[in-house]
Amino acid sequence: MRWSRRHVLDTDDWSTEEIEAVLDTTGAMVEVLSRPVRRAPPLRGRTVVLFFAEASTRTRVSFELAARTLSADVVNISASGSSVEKGESLFDTVRTLQALGGDVVVMRHGSSGAPYFVSERTDAAVINAGDGWHAHPTQGLLDAYTLRGALGDLAKKRVVIVGDVVHSRVARSDINTLVPLGASITLSGPPTLMPSAWRCGQAPVGTTYEPDLDRALDGADAVIALRLQKERQEGGLLPSLREYTRVWGLSEARVSRMRPGAPVMHPGPMNEGVEIDASVAHGARSLVERQVTNGVAVRMALLYLLVGTPTLEAS
Amino acid sequence: MERRELESRGYLVAPGFIDLHAHLREPGFEDSETIASGARAALRGGFTTICAMPNTEPAIDSPGLVTEVTTRGRAAAAARVLPIATITRGRAGRELSDLMELSAAGAVAFSDDGSPVDDAQLFRHALEYARTKDLLIIEHAQDTGLSGKGVMNEGVVSARLGLPGIANAAEETAVSRDIAIAEMTGGRLHLTHVSTRGAIASIRDAKARGLRITCDVTPHHLAMTDDWVAGVREFAWERREPPAPSATPYDSATKVNPPLRGLRDVRALWEGLADGTVDAIATDHAPHASVKKDVEFDQAAFGISGLETALSLVLGGVGAGWADRDTVIRALTTGPAGILGIPVRDDDWVAIDPDVEWSVAAEGLISMGKNTPLMGRKLRGRVVYAVVGGEARFEGGLRGATPVGSR
Repeated sequence: MRWSRRHVLDTDDWSTEEIEAVLDTTGAMVEVLSRPVRRAPPLRGRTVVLFFAEASTRTRVSFELAARTLSADVVNISASGSSVEKGESLFDTVRTLQALGGDVVVMRHGSSGAPYFVSERTDAAVINAGDGWHAHPTQGLLDAYTLRGALGDLAKKRVVIVGDVVHSRVARSDINTLVPLGASITLSGPPTLMPSAWRCGQAPVGTTYEPDLDRALDGADAVIALRLQKERQEGGLLPSLREYTRVWGLSEARVSRMRPGAPVMHPGPMNEGVEIDASVAHGARSLVERQVTNGVAVRMALLYLLVGTPTLEAS
Repeated sequence: MERRELESRGYLVAPGFIDLHAHLREPGFEDSETIASGARAALRGGFTTICAMPNTEPAIDSPGLVTEVTTRGRAAAAARVLPIATITRGRAGRELSDLMELSAAGAVAFSDDGSPVDDAQLFRHALEYARTKDLLIIEHAQDTGLSGKGVMNEGVVSARLGLPGIANAAEETAVSRDIAIAEMTGGRLHLTHVSTRGAIASIRDAKARGLRITCDVTPHHLAMTDDWVAGVREFAWERREPPAPSATPYDSATKVNPPLRGLRDVRALWEGLADGTVDAIATDHAPHASVKKDVEFDQAAFGISGLETALSLVLGGVGAGWADRDTVIRALTTGPAGILGIPVRDDDWVAIDPDVEWSVAAEGLISMGKNTPLMGRKLRGRVVYAVVGGEARFEGGLRGATPVGSR
């Protein structure tokens, strides 16, 4: 398949072939990362601008590592201390990005849709590293890659996504990536944290909503727990974190309702003791660390497909 | 030019349109629109009379400001500009404006538009007090607790786009509240920019019970669905299933309050027009300077610049058979005139070329507000000639004539 996309804004309109192409390329990148000298030249001379208007350590570092491994120059524009925090408009920032002349802009932003705004106003390729509640395409892809590594073919596999779905770009991107690969998804969590349309018979193709987590987990092939923002309680969406943990937290007893050995994932950072027990987070089923490692490879794959020259040979 | 001559040349001649709801932004936001530019844009769209909403800075809450709007409107020598004054002082929702004095100064109606009057007791008092002179209260019906931080219609599209929604119930509960208070007070209530099926049903029922309630709908709510936020550009009457996006999603030009709704709501608005539940079509013309719109979707101001595209949109629905032409022309003329209690003047009239195709372009819009999701789009039907008080004040696009006065 020939790669033809200029940006990675959302995977909701990707074909299964495109998703497969990224996952295949990710496999090649995992090989690069296993070399004694973790360095390949395909992005030599390219500049990757990391524009993070919302605080993030892991995703930014993951992209930075990915870009450097492929020999790109990396420029950071982060939220703290930058003009973004001083009230510079996104339009102004885009003009600056354009003037900097980066080949790729990797951006995270608190407003859903902001990457579309940027992509329309710059010549660079834009990779969405998370926008508001909307999408986090690289997370969806790395979760798919990780799940495939654990489960093999995802056809007929059932994955539970539990937690704060309405505010979760991870949930949306997981759905957009896993469903085309053949998985079915059971969404679980409090009704107040589920998009109302998805609760009322208009859930996305391939997904269903089951408020009872125990029932959702019965016989499932994997579970992805979402991070619960503590301010949801203040917003009146939850009575208390304690009650949330009792009803929707992943405990040892709960995860053992799944198929034997069925893996547990979490996009991080985890609130251990809230949405996931420490023993589950670090137990035998946990793929959390593998997600982090695979994240670098997936991001390398996308950078390579967007602007790389076609050689992975070590220089 | 004479009416008869234009009719004989194939134009549709109609009374000048009356817009119950336009934001002219002056004073305070002259980078978005002025009374003069708004009045000229109105005329371009066929509106010979427009009511100016008072959510300016300062808000129109004193007789002097009412007079000023009238004076500037007259000076524009375009559409007639009728001032609406605030229901509450400073639109703050705490105490009543001097409704009688404002009325005496020329305010044709009262509204805190942009916001509802949240305090039900105060709203009750407004309707009771307004009865003294049978003054018209225009309400933006929305439960602001329910609408919260919403930026678009709550539904399957907002779920997919990850944007906070404004549920239909935010309008429907407010409409029910307002109807109950109107019933209790016997006040004269006009509900503006009604956008939901449930609200239409409640108003239909209230009218059947004999309450003095009227309502309007906007051309954009008649033509577009919330899919437009996701980049779909199919009008309600040409929508495919599923609709296919052809534009970039999150275009802030589609952000408006009340938000573009679902197809069932749009159909209900047309049904309301057909059976008389909906009395008028009003533009809710809401021009914004580009700095307010050229930002992230959730940061952008609400509003669509609508005066110049209104007629084409409603004629689109007529062309698709969703209403007959007389119904929509009535909703643009006798309907709003009846609500305001003003005559439909013989010397205010327009000529329409119902078949002409034109393209919406920033430089072609007279309004300073270029914020329309119709940008670049081909529309059909446009006003080519407008007369106010017997004086030809606009001419543009007459076949075989040089356009004049169309700046």
